Amino acid sequence: MFSISLISKSFDHGVHPNHHKDQTADLPIQRVPFVARYVLPLGQHIGAPARAVVSVGERVVRGQLIAEPGAFVSTALHAPVSGTVRDIGPHRYIDGNFKPAIEIEADPYATQQRPPQPAIDWQALTTEEFIAQVQQAGIVGMGGAAFPSHVKYAIPEGQSIENLLINGAECEPYLTTDHRLMVERPAAVIHGTEIVRQKLGARRATIGVEKNKPEAIALLRQHVGDRPIEVLGLEVKYPQGAEKMLIKAAYDREVPAGALPRDIGVAVNNVGTVVAIFDYFDTGMPLIERVVTVAGPGIAEPANLIVPLGTPIREVLRFCGGLKGSTREVIMGGPMMGTPIADLDAPVLKGTSGILAFTASETARPREYPCIRCGRCLEACPYFLNPSRLARLGRARLYEQMRDDYHLMDCVECGACTFACPSAIPIVQLIRTAKDDIRQHGGK
Amino acid sequence: MTGLGLFFGIILAVAYRLLRVEEDPRLARTEELLPGSNCGACGEPGCLPFAQRLVRGEVPPSQCTVASSDEIDEIADFLGVDAGETEKRVARLRCAGGKAEAFQIAEYDGFESCRAAAVVSGGGKGCSWGCLGLADCEVACDFDAIQMNADGLPVVAIDKCTACGDCVEACPKDLFELLPLSQKLYVQCNNPLAGESVTVLCSVGCDGCAKCAADAAPGLIEMKNALPLIHYELGLPVTPRATARCPTGAIQWLEGGQFNEEESQSENRQRYAPLH
Repeated sequence: MFSISLISKSFDHGVHPNHHKDQTADLPIQRVPFVARYVLPLGQHIGAPARAVVSVGERVVRGQLIAEPGAFVSTALHAPVSGTVRDIGPHRYIDGNFKPAIEIEADPYATQQRPPQPAIDWQALTTEEFIAQVQQAGIVGMGGAAFPSHVKYAIPEGQSIENLLINGAECEPYLTTDHRLMVERPAAVIHGTEIVRQKLGARRATIGVEKNKPEAIALLRQHVGDRPIEVLGLEVKYPQGAEKMLIKAAYDREVPAGALPRDIGVAVNNVGTVVAIFDYFDTGMPLIERVVTVAGPGIAEPANLIVPLGTPIREVLRFCGGLKGSTREVIMGGPMMGTPIADLDAPVLKGTSGILAFTASETARPREYPCIRCGRCLEACPYFLNPSRLARLGRARLYEQMRDDYHLMDCVECGACTFACPSAIPIVQLIRTAKDDIRQHGGK
Repeated sequence: MTGLGLFFGIILAVAYRLLRVEEDPRLARTEELLPGSNCGACGEPGCLPFAQRLVRGEVPPSQCTVASSDEIDEIADFLGVDAGETEKRVARLRCAGGKAEAFQIAEYDGFESCRAAAVVSGGGKGCSWGCLGLADCEVACDFDAIQMNADGLPVVAIDKCTACGDCVEACPKDLFELLPLSQKLYVQCNNPLAGESVTVLCSVGCDGCAKCAADAAPGLIEMKNALPLIHYELGLPVTPRATARCPTGAIQWLEGGQFNEEESQSENRQRYAPLH
């Protein structure tokens, strides 16, 4: 492991799942047609939900503000289509629960064109104004976790950002959204990176891309020009795109447990995020759509799509020729960290990087065997935790001990341990269960 | 070395005399009379701290919900205090939507635990407030008072339940509550939606029609979040009449336990919404 990290930029530990990206890697991004109904949950990420500023029956136009940030860690929401607000109330969210959402019925006769708007002179903005604009544009991390971007840009007094790191690793199997963005819009990636770099006052920017995307690396390098931006090829390894792993790979520095990248002078953004920022300052278009990879053995026609936020997953699947009869499970996000979806009428969110469908042969629960203490999960864990021990305590429901003695809360649930386990122990599920219990009542 | 031993021995002997803490001689016996389950239902961390408070006369013996009434009397006799009266409380589940009543929208296949299922898209249960039926409460119960029936609902054995609250903490949906056995009118639903939104999810859910509130003594039942809230504290007459016109049977008059131990499996109509 050590000798490999000498010749290729990476982190220690990790796993090598088959990347399965051939299905969609060469498919250009296309737009899905508008559908009849859109559902926009008010809370789509960590932090406070947005506050609706429209009422039922009100007509809205594409790009109009429909909900304002409810707190600092919260972002605005905009209408993805022109139409009429039909409902503001509980709708099924991807986690299976009902959460408050704004439902918009699209106007079938609207052109859905937004009149061109002048570019915003981002260079004239102060850092505070820049942060406020990013929040108002509703921009969040586009990699999957959807953490509000402006919060990352608000650097506390006494700290500064030296390095801006742009995440183009896309280490999750199947997903090709970042890949396609880098290939089709390299100039937007570079410009977006430059905007964020200048506004944060970072000395340099690094774009980290796994080496299995050579054309993306070549195109980005062509567009860099004389800007202080470096495009870095990274070893193909999971979870290369995890924030702390990426920092280790790019700068050979470790972020201490419980600390944030900014504590060591680094800010990390996804390529999708900087493209969204570039689009907002270039055209005034807030975050109302995103690129989604629809792939997997259960999908008739895999595709990379621009999907308006709030589109029901069922409609996206329909555009891709529907699900094959053998489909057993639909996942939002990648296969390693994504969430299975119980209700296909749940909407596409700001953090939806992929919609994957799997058949019985991929989803069958393998027979579980007792832990043989082979230690493969320990070798896989990029955070140097002890997954085997955590799983055993999890099964015994000793959640407090997991938290106090085995660093439960440092686990990012990347799934490398479960992937590596020869006994098919659902380690991450046991860890997630424990975390849920801790969050509910401190693990008593 | 011998001198050192003697020296410290003498210090210990003196310290034993001077720093001695007089323990109430009744404490050991009182603790012995308690059930020793350390369940925490009395509000104390365990049986010994409860015994200490008993001996000091701060709490009545009947605050222990595990000991039988004979055992309570024995403690009261021994300490020469009044046994006191504490109403028998039991764990009640705010849900009656088992496999036969509530619809599944997806199938869950994973670690057999309600909480594990709840973090995976809510375990595929249509009603995201409902009982997941994977027995986290049964596992948590130290008194074997909870048994899952064939319908996937926890049956609480009234005589065994000590109202210790372990099931309340174990339930990821917060469905258990500890209520006096005398409160017989009970709403077995926690779904805040109203009307058809509820009935498409579950055949015994409360759709918020408020007929029970109209039929009960005025003021007894208040509709809150499309669910009836029964104000027992007002002392108004409570009768089974409130359940008469309930269209779904969400409000029940409970004589004893909530669910049957043997629910027929043939009624199981667990369904999945079409995926395609």
